[in-house]
Amino acid sequence: MYKYDGYDKRIIQERVDQFRGQTERYFNGTLAADEYLPLRLQNGLYVQRHAPMLRVAIPYGMLSSTQVRKLASISRDYDKGYAHFTTRQNVQFNWPEIKDVPDILQELAEVEMHAVQTSGNCIRNTTTDQFAGVIADEIVDPRPYCEIIRQWSTFHPEFAFLPRKFKIAVNACPNADRAAILVHDIGVEIVKNAQGETGFKVFVGGGLGRTPVIGSEIRSFLPEQDLLTYLEAILRVYNRYGRRDNKYKARIKILVKATGPAEFAKMVEEEWAHIKDSDTKLTPEEITRVKSFFTEPDYAELTDEPETLVAQRAENKAFANWLKRNLNEHKKPGYAIVTLTLKKTGTPPGDASDKQLEIIADLADKYSFGEVRVTHDQNIVLADVRQDQLFELWQEAFAAGFATPNLGMLTDIICCPGGDFCGLANAKSIPVAEQIQLKFDDLDYLYDLGEIELNISGCMNACGHHHVGNIGVLGVDKKGAEFYQVSLGGDSGRDAAIGKILGPSFAREEMPEVIEKIIQVYVEQRQPEELFIDTYNRIGIEPFKERVYAKAD
Amino acid sequence: MPKLIKQNEILDNDWVLLARDHEGAVPTGRHLVPLDLFLADSDALLARNDIGVWLDSDQGPEVLEPFLDRLTVIAINFPKFVDGRGYSYARVLRDRFAYEGELRAIGDVLHDQLFYLKRCGFDAFAIREDKDAQSAQSGLSDFSESYQAACDQPAPLFRRRNA
Repeated sequence: MYKYDGYDKRIIQERVDQFRGQTERYFNGTLAADEYLPLRLQNGLYVQRHAPMLRVAIPYGMLSSTQVRKLASISRDYDKGYAHFTTRQNVQFNWPEIKDVPDILQELAEVEMHAVQTSGNCIRNTTTDQFAGVIADEIVDPRPYCEIIRQWSTFHPEFAFLPRKFKIAVNACPNADRAAILVHDIGVEIVKNAQGETGFKVFVGGGLGRTPVIGSEIRSFLPEQDLLTYLEAILRVYNRYGRRDNKYKARIKILVKATGPAEFAKMVEEEWAHIKDSDTKLTPEEITRVKSFFTEPDYAELTDEPETLVAQRAENKAFANWLKRNLNEHKKPGYAIVTLTLKKTGTPPGDASDKQLEIIADLADKYSFGEVRVTHDQNIVLADVRQDQLFELWQEAFAAGFATPNLGMLTDIICCPGGDFCGLANAKSIPVAEQIQLKFDDLDYLYDLGEIELNISGCMNACGHHHVGNIGVLGVDKKGAEFYQVSLGGDSGRDAAIGKILGPSFAREEMPEVIEKIIQVYVEQRQPEELFIDTYNRIGIEPFKERVYAKAD
Repeated sequence: MPKLIKQNEILDNDWVLLARDHEGAVPTGRHLVPLDLFLADSDALLARNDIGVWLDSDQGPEVLEPFLDRLTVIAINFPKFVDGRGYSYARVLRDRFAYEGELRAIGDVLHDQLFYLKRCGFDAFAIREDKDAQSAQSGLSDFSESYQAACDQPAPLFRRRNA
């Protein structure tokens, strides 16, 4: 994991001091509320429906157990004893007091954490694959590049007041895209060219929100050392020419649509020509330096499928189910990647109590070299678990409530905080998730259904990524009442696609039945081994529409 | 009198800003002239030594390139402080065109933007009139170190870190 040196520490400490001063000026009246607003947003502080909300950055999803314990103690000391993991690998506190936020930031700084640029019209937290560094089929570990981007984007003086927020995601895996780079403002795909050199394929203008768009490729191979200058050129073009007259048309996707990707690429190349060979060009020494923080932990020499594991799996069905669902293959023999789900029915997706956070930290120390990763589908990953310790880990995780073996299943729902918490939401989202989880509580049936991504957003801002859910649910306001629009066929991976709207929206109590009918159509029509998304792509939306909107006899 | 922070000093700002739609002659004395008016009569205006030109946030700086060695003051307007286009204009003027004269931020110029403005090449700040320039001035030094290269520090931190 990246470790701060004296420079990083100084910069983050000066940020805390700066924000303390800004907050003091706000309270003593010399800083107006509308002047304080963008400043507090750039420190992750929103004012929500019930209380302020503080969003803390988890750079590319990596946390140490020390940091997790700090989050637990902050949630206890300044909040109501829980934290919420978001769909962008960040964590939120829902109930802090504004006056306490400088103290919270100070506590975070002590463990090399911050809330820098977690909101506001600036470059946000760079995200990547939650399995970075531990899966066999990645080109290289993407995290050093994320850290390089993090440093470059942190307090970038030119890009603090962009037309709108700006999100960058990095993927290094040729066979999967767990970072959903095609729905980001910039998607960076790490590739190797014919000479075996590392570089980047660059996509721009993807995004969700009101106008969902899949990103366009503007460069097929960018040499490694040119990463920052090229990003700077894109940002400069966007900062200058992105629309500022209408916040709903201000994202880079609207600019790229207006110019067309080819013309946009040309504008970037022209800008880049001026700065390509500036001092911002990366040096091999810097790339090596940052890479040195992401070395392998001290793995033992082990073999896959140890006898103890084979025996435990044979004896215990529930453990076997969990292994089947919640494990991913590790690049090292004898190790496994474990996902702990924060999706237990009755708990808002992504929520973890202070006690649970402390248990996660303990589990990380005991089983996974003291490191934890946060996923964009709001779960927790222990990336380096010995296979001969899986049973022990499972028992502890089960007792703590995060071994629901539903990873990737219909009930592993991605869900925003919704109308229960968020001031922007049109409708509640968490109760809908809960109703669906209750309806589909038979694990064998869920396994039979296979992987289905169900995503729920409480409004058009699409924090629950409903556009790219195989089944997407969007809260809408109909004459003051909460309704839900359903879309089908979204996909956030390699074959990224935006879901199609099924038809008129539904009342909340209708939702479990609507989902059930959609699932019925899939079960009836699927071919052997066919996933929901593949059946949908084969038969189209009509059969689903007919069933869901059929008049009752 | 409105204040101007320049080279870490607080000065009285006796420059008169002519509105973007100003018509007719530019009166005598120090004036900031809107871009179109300047372009319409650049030679005569440049012959005076009490003239600066100002760009609005939708006016890129490229058109000024032919005049840069003769201009001593360029001002960039921030109609609202959240309109960040002026930061890029400043960098183009400084980094690409090596403009060396005064670069002044005008409009909604506040304490908490000064550090970023300075990094992008501004060296004069016409603090919004209702704000206390003295207290705003401390915003110039909110941070003592930065990761990126910019006009005040052409070497990014990664080129200095191991040096």
